[in-house]
Amino acid sequence: MPAPEQHRLIFRHIDERGYTNDIACYQRNGGYQVLRKAVLRKPEELMDEVKKSGLRGRGGAGFSCGVKWSLVDRKSGKPIYLVVNADESEPGTFKDRYIIYQDPHQLIEGIMITCFANRVERAFIYIRGEFPDGARILERAIAEARSAGFAGPNILGTGYGCEIYVHRGAGAYICGEETGLIESLEGKRPYPRIKPPYFPAVLGLYMCPTIVNNVETLCHVKHVADMGGEAYSRIGTPGNTGTRILCVSGHVQRPGYYEFEVGKVTMGQLLNEVCGGPLPGRRFKAVIPGGSSAKVLRFGERYKGKRKAGAETVEYDWGVEDIPMDFDSLAMIGSMGGSGGVIVMDDSVSMVEALGNINAFYSHESCGQCTPCREGSLWMKKITARMVHGEARPEDGALLKSVADQIAGRTICAFGEACAWPTQSFIAKFGDEFKGYGEAKKAPRPDGVPELV
Amino acid sequence: MIQPAAPDLVTVNIDGREISVPKGTNVIEAARRVNVDVPFYCYHPKLAVVGNCRMCLVEMGTPAVDPATKAPVMDPATGRQRINWSPRPAIACATNVSPGLHIRTTTQMVKDCREGVMEFLLINHPLDCPICDQAGECKLQEQATGYGRGYSRFVEQKNVKPKRTLLGPRVMLDDERCILCSRCIRFSKDVAKDDVLGFTDRGSYSTLTCYPGKKLENNYSLNTVDICPVGALTSTDFRFKMRVWFLKQTNSIDTESSVGANTVVWSREGAIYRITPRQNDAVNDTWMADSGRLLYKQVRDPSRLVGVLVNGAESALDFAVKAAADLLKAGGVAVVGSGRSSVEEQFLTRKLAEASKADAHLVSRVGKGDGLLISEDRNPNVRGALVTGLIASLPSPGLGSLGARIDAGEVRTVVSVGEDLGEAGLTPAQLSAVSVIYLGTHANATSGAARVVIPTLTVFEKDGTLVNQQFRIQRFSRAVPGAGGATDDLVVLARLVAAAGGPVLGADVASLWPAIAAEVPALGTMSHASLPDTGLLIDPAPWEALPFVEGPSLHYRPAGQREAARG
Repeated sequence: MPAPEQHRLIFRHIDERGYTNDIACYQRNGGYQVLRKAVLRKPEELMDEVKKSGLRGRGGAGFSCGVKWSLVDRKSGKPIYLVVNADESEPGTFKDRYIIYQDPHQLIEGIMITCFANRVERAFIYIRGEFPDGARILERAIAEARSAGFAGPNILGTGYGCEIYVHRGAGAYICGEETGLIESLEGKRPYPRIKPPYFPAVLGLYMCPTIVNNVETLCHVKHVADMGGEAYSRIGTPGNTGTRILCVSGHVQRPGYYEFEVGKVTMGQLLNEVCGGPLPGRRFKAVIPGGSSAKVLRFGERYKGKRKAGAETVEYDWGVEDIPMDFDSLAMIGSMGGSGGVIVMDDSVSMVEALGNINAFYSHESCGQCTPCREGSLWMKKITARMVHGEARPEDGALLKSVADQIAGRTICAFGEACAWPTQSFIAKFGDEFKGYGEAKKAPRPDGVPELV
Repeated sequence: MIQPAAPDLVTVNIDGREISVPKGTNVIEAARRVNVDVPFYCYHPKLAVVGNCRMCLVEMGTPAVDPATKAPVMDPATGRQRINWSPRPAIACATNVSPGLHIRTTTQMVKDCREGVMEFLLINHPLDCPICDQAGECKLQEQATGYGRGYSRFVEQKNVKPKRTLLGPRVMLDDERCILCSRCIRFSKDVAKDDVLGFTDRGSYSTLTCYPGKKLENNYSLNTVDICPVGALTSTDFRFKMRVWFLKQTNSIDTESSVGANTVVWSREGAIYRITPRQNDAVNDTWMADSGRLLYKQVRDPSRLVGVLVNGAESALDFAVKAAADLLKAGGVAVVGSGRSSVEEQFLTRKLAEASKADAHLVSRVGKGDGLLISEDRNPNVRGALVTGLIASLPSPGLGSLGARIDAGEVRTVVSVGEDLGEAGLTPAQLSAVSVIYLGTHANATSGAARVVIPTLTVFEKDGTLVNQQFRIQRFSRAVPGAGGATDDLVVLARLVAAAGGPVLGADVASLWPAIAAEVPALGTMSHASLPDTGLLIDPAPWEALPFVEGPSLHYRPAGQREAARG
């Protein structure tokens, strides 16, 4: 079956020749027309559209956006804040940065519609420190939008006002965790908060109800408001509506970002057709489907089980190539859609070394607040580093798995899972490679195998 | 006593046992009530909950209800409401009780969680217990024994961190031992209101440190040492001095102000090594000031009085009492009592004044309060002097009326119970005009000029009670034997009372109390032996109109402000 055409909703103008990130260009292409119409509607109607659209968060967890909004405490009398999570730091993910760099007004329009729908009067864009240009672009775009009456006081003459502020992070992965982000935004160390009681919807930024949404999610809100929730929900597949940007990196012919209707493209179509297949003379070995914290998939393994297709339950028997790239299917086979970062590894890759790299990242990024993640992530890194440096023991794989098992599910935030899942899945699926790594490391490199540096 | 309103009770099930606890109680405290130990490091009952150590993970279940009808879902097998057990463990410290909450602490999952956290905490810990001051009172040791695996799987290099960081004049930090529980940070910020501590770096390399240019030097810094669950924070005073398991613990009271913080005095073979706070939720919670911890140094101070002196010559107690009696019987006597004396001593001081027909004075000591555990009244027991009837009104500064009476020639002999009269306000001329009988612990100008000097005991060497600013009578006990040559104040006072022609009274706390209870109405229903460790409130009504100097502090509001707060 040939791969479907890309459906570019969010990325419609990305890399378009002549398209610039200023407001004039955005308005020439129909920009802010959705906001103009939205502010004439009732906020409740807009919230309803988002609920009907079935939009799911694009940051990683895939939580329903409509439900997230409905959980917000609107009776406390406190102000409600919108925090835009632009701390795109999951390895393998590079979608939000293109929105910010090339189409910032799409994000601002989405923010303003969201704020109007939720009666938010202050929105904060928390952008990762490594995007200094992105922050400057956003600042300029906000100033443009403000002077054009799309942001700031009295938006489009409605009397409703909302300010948007840009806050730059200082370079920490954990600031992408919503409560860590909120702490950082408040000027503290980004230690994620314990939940309960500190659910952002009730006790978020400055202990006020807060909505934290990903950049891409907010752009989708604009399109939901534009076409209506019903129409939006017909894009994609049931329960996995809309489009999704997939960021493919690693050992394929054409890595890059591709936007598809959710669930309409399979992993095989994506890698083999859209991305042009493996590099010459190589074969796919493994793929991480949703950012480096998602569990790895091994080419050649089969996933069997039952799933709901509409009203009935059908059996499925998939190889990696057959998996539809949607939230539910990837969760069903034991991984996740996550942030949409598809990391491909071919047969030149040592899984031990790949895990060593991932572990180095997570141990460096653990905030250090709670014990299992703080100590476990560094321990796993030390083990894999030792293995890679020639001191591997056959029992290290089992030890790694046991350490990872002591982390997942026992931490304050989802970082525990993020740092444990790679190790758990690498060992589960490539355990033999870990067991034999010590011997393999000592063996001379076969002719023709490229040296990895 | 005013009873607090009955709290809403919530029934929970912990390891199969039902218990009703007040709403808002967390699972650690609820479990404590049924003697189920939930181990923890970062949780502290008097600090904000952060849930970072993950040692208190337990299994949690809630009663099942039908999502649509909200009707309870019953389990046909047991006939009781079904329990939905959470697949993930929950931290007991941040889980408050809710009706029907079920907790399991003995399952394999909980055991695994605890073993995992213990292992993680120890992999980068130096395990230098043999040279660590915390050994013997270390939560890592206790819980590694109770909940750890007993062996290590860690073969990598441990992290290296600073070993000797002086955070302030009294607190030393060993960062390698630190388990990053953040108790000290929360204490400094929230209780001491001196936000100077924080972490730098991240992950396992996180390091406790002071903010740039700041020091942990507030007068409560040593509480961080107390609450440090491991040996990371140590007291520069106690560090490397003594193994804690050799030390005897004696309950005492901090005498530096009228707050009356409850303390424990740690001693061995007659020497005191440290003083730490003792929990009293109505007085000092679990805190005390650093300044109060150094008071023990007075016990072995070189200026300690160790010999009876009569007219400047070494003598014996019998002769001293005789010499004093001669002076007392000659008339023209004034007694300067002390707000630092115990209730018992003040009672006998009153008796001495009565027997020698003297008027009694008290030395006023007023300083600045810190709003926490040091009050404006630096006498620990002015209220005791009021309650025992030694004085009827608050002492005025400077012993003014006594000076005037000396100048008028009405007073020729002054008995001073531990007070330096010169410092208290008498002029050298006034002092040289009278014969002084001095009962005290340390040499000063008054003891140097006194006709009779009888060395007595410090608060650490005797028993007694003190009445704090709340009118709470609290007991202190003898931690170490009295210094050689010194005599118990009660013995000296009782003998002086008798020698001056007064009644024969008990010369120790136990035998004196019946007399006190009989004569002091406010204490009529009490006995020294039956006082609880946390003290007992005396009805303050007879004295409530007096203009006490204390401002608000922890668990204390001045009488006027109490009314305002209630209104």
